[in-house]
Amino acid sequence: MTAQAPGFWPPSGPEIIFLLLGAVTLGSAVLVVTTRQLVHAALWLVVCFGALAGGYLVLTAEFVAWVQVLIYVGAVVVLLLFGIMLTRAPIGRSADLDSGNTWAAALVAVAMAAVLVTVLVSGFRMAYAPLDPGQGAAKPLGSSVFRTWVLPFEALSVLLLAALIGAIVLSRTDIKGRQ
Amino acid sequence: MHVVYPVVVSALLFSIGVYGVLARRNAILVLMSVELMLNAVNLNLVAFDVWLRDRLHGGQVLTLFVIVIAAAEVGLGLAIVLAVFRTRQTIDVDRLRALSERAPGEADGEVRS
Amino acid sequence: MIFVVALVVLLPFLAAAAGLLASRLRTGREAPGDRAAYRRAAWFAIAAATASLALTVWLVLVLTRGAVPAGEGRPFWTDLLPGRLEGTLSVVETGSVPVAVSLRADGLSVLAGMLVVVVALAVQVYSVGYMRDEPRYPSYSAFVSLFTSAMLLVVYAGDLIVLYVGWEIMGLCSYLLIGHWWEDRANSRAAVKAFLVTRLGDVGFLFGVFTLGIAAGSFRIDDILRADIPTGTAVAGTLLLLAGVAGKSAQVPLQTWLPDAMAGPTPISALIHAATMVAAGIFIVARLYPVFLGAQPTLDVLGVVAAVGMLGAALAALAQDDLKRVLAYSTISQLAYMAAALAAGSDRAAMFHLVSHGAFKALLFLCAGLVIHHAGSNLMSHMGGLRTAMPVTFWTTTIGLAALMGLPPASGFFSKDAVIAAVEHSRGAAQPFLYASALLTVGVTGAYATRAWLRTFFGPARIEPLPEPPPGTAHVFDGREAPRSMLWPVGVLAVPALLLGFAGVREVDWGSAAVSLVVALLGAGIVYALWRGAPDQDPARMLGPFQAPCERAFYVDALYAALIVRPVLRLARGVVRTDAKVVDGAVRGSGRATLGLSTLVRLAQTGNAQLYVTGLLAGLLLIAVAAVVLT
Repeated sequence: MTAQAPGFWPPSGPEIIFLLLGAVTLGSAVLVVTTRQLVHAALWLVVCFGALAGGYLVLTAEFVAWVQVLIYVGAVVVLLLFGIMLTRAPIGRSADLDSGNTWAAALVAVAMAAVLVTVLVSGFRMAYAPLDPGQGAAKPLGSSVFRTWVLPFEALSVLLLAALIGAIVLSRTDIKGRQ
Repeated sequence: MHVVYPVVVSALLFSIGVYGVLARRNAILVLMSVELMLNAVNLNLVAFDVWLRDRLHGGQVLTLFVIVIAAAEVGLGLAIVLAVFRTRQTIDVDRLRALSERAPGEADGEVRS
Repeated sequence: MIFVVALVVLLPFLAAAAGLLASRLRTGREAPGDRAAYRRAAWFAIAAATASLALTVWLVLVLTRGAVPAGEGRPFWTDLLPGRLEGTLSVVETGSVPVAVSLRADGLSVLAGMLVVVVALAVQVYSVGYMRDEPRYPSYSAFVSLFTSAMLLVVYAGDLIVLYVGWEIMGLCSYLLIGHWWEDRANSRAAVKAFLVTRLGDVGFLFGVFTLGIAAGSFRIDDILRADIPTGTAVAGTLLLLAGVAGKSAQVPLQTWLPDAMAGPTPISALIHAATMVAAGIFIVARLYPVFLGAQPTLDVLGVVAAVGMLGAALAALAQDDLKRVLAYSTISQLAYMAAALAAGSDRAAMFHLVSHGAFKALLFLCAGLVIHHAGSNLMSHMGGLRTAMPVTFWTTTIGLAALMGLPPASGFFSKDAVIAAVEHSRGAAQPFLYASALLTVGVTGAYATRAWLRTFFGPARIEPLPEPPPGTAHVFDGREAPRSMLWPVGVLAVPALLLGFAGVREVDWGSAAVSLVVALLGAGIVYALWRGAPDQDPARMLGPFQAPCERAFYVDALYAALIVRPVLRLARGVVRTDAKVVDGAVRGSGRATLGLSTLVRLAQTGNAQLYVTGLLAGLLLIAVAAVVLT
């Protein structure tokens, strides 16, 4: 797989597009974790997830990309926005979104990034994946899910049901715990 | 495509998520950072699935499962955050210190309900 | 046959068990508060003692019929009671030298056993009257029975370990009975003192038993007497035994407990601290006499101890005001006589004096009990002129004191003469010293006996009825003779005290007898002359400046207090302080240090989950880096 790998320079077209989308993803993610406004963080999260979905598309995983758009951008972010509203968070700029732990957190994050990048680069420097459109389409993925992975799929449905009931119980105020 | 690109992007995204989890004090922002970390994992899964040309598409199927689980997790997480908010009128993570080791008479007012 | 001997020993023991367990049982018919327990306990005790006496008499009859073994060097008691019974009930394997639970009855042990059961029976009967108003009479009589059993075990034991068991039970009973009126702090202190001092000697005794038993390869007395023990071992073993003998028989330097032991009830003083237990030490030496004869240094030590003890105790007796303490010091002095006879090589004289002393000293103590019962005080300065009020007591006391002084025809004359003759004709290193001391003591004995006699029964009456008598020591003066049940034992004991000596009349050395008689009469005469001059004053004033040291028994107690008691107490306090400060301090300090360190750790427990996760991830990274770098 890596024998016929082309060199890093010049980068191919999909690589250029992926790198640009990756830069958008990372930039918006940084904004998510640093912005002073809660609602802006949620919106930057939309940008981040959208750019990531673009990355999936470039990687020929088109079904995953659409699911990402539907569930993350569509559902999760909306849920988060609801959470922000329900907790009566300040809509405008607020100075106290970061805890006093910032420097330690930055240190740990940078160290982790350094370790991960070092390991991954040294491990996969020569790996090359030729892109083959159509591999991640709905049909092959669907046949795989409903043949090979049907049992985890069903288990997952039970998990979702449990999460549903748990969320209802936790958020309703008229259900009291046993004293 | 060189596998290094998506993999490095995912590593950096994961580190940004870690920073968010450790540095943000609003519980909803912490949840967002957890989503970032999950997405970094998803990117990894997809990249390796493409590289390894898995006939069963294990990586992409697992990505789908992770997305579903992440949705459930966000739902539950928000429910917990709301419950905490109802009882304590705050969702600042660093003010929820019921686990702290304090002498019984010591005053730490608002976090003990 | 041996079961008869076992029965003699066991009957009082069963009586003790019954008295302790059964005398308080309620049958349901009697009203609470009546004297059923008292009567039942008295019956248990007296019945067992009587049965033991009867069996002992039977033993005497059996032994008389035995054949006299031929040959020289046989023990003296074979002349009196030639037969012997011996039997082993059980053998206890110990891994090295086995312990044989064996009993033996020969002339020596039946002689001593007779003395024990007679005095025990007399004391039990006497106590019924003496302890009439005593709420703890059942336990008292049970302990007396237990003591009787233990003493008989010592007497009839055929094995030194069995003997030691009886020896220790005797010590326990002595402790319990001295402290019978423990409500008074002084009494319980006296009991503890007696217990500790005798225990000190008993440690030596036990090791002496071990030394002899291991050297002989057996604890059986016969085997030890037959064994060929090297002289060095014999000297070491007998010297260790001598420590126990000195403790039990109140010899120098362990004599200090006996005068204090007079805190117990007077019948106890008669039984335990005059007739039997204190004589057990002498009995042991006589029992193992062949071994002691093989260890001449031990006999020399015994001679010096006896010489010092007899004169010192007699002088102390001369200056006492407490009647019972006079008798106590006199007991020490007379026991020293027996020890002197043993040191001089005559176990026969020692045992003769032991038996006659047991009779007349028990008699004297019982008479003293009558006097105390009557006068309500122990002190002779509170008595006087009792001759007319108590004629029976007067005459029996006179017999006892005559025996004590060694006046013919009382038993003491013959037995003491035998002792002095033996000392005179012995050839030990300590012989001149011993002989001089013995003669001097005869004079002093005459003096203190006369003094006690005159101060108690003659002269002006000084009795004052006490308003509220303290428990035991005093009773309200009633001006009459004691009850019949107390007079009978006294009268019965007076017979052997007077007549026992004629058993040895054939062997009297009339020369030394005359000398000692003259010396005794001289001492008595001096006291009488002084008393004639001033009947209401104490004749002990003739001692002049020595009166105070004599009364304090030459400050031996104070010396021991300064040399032993106080340093030991100081050491104990030091140990307590060390324990509290150093040992406990280390324990508490480690606890405090742990707490202090834990407060440092507790600082990390801020409750901030983000900090925890930060630490967790940082640690994870460090481990990952370390795993990569180090491998």
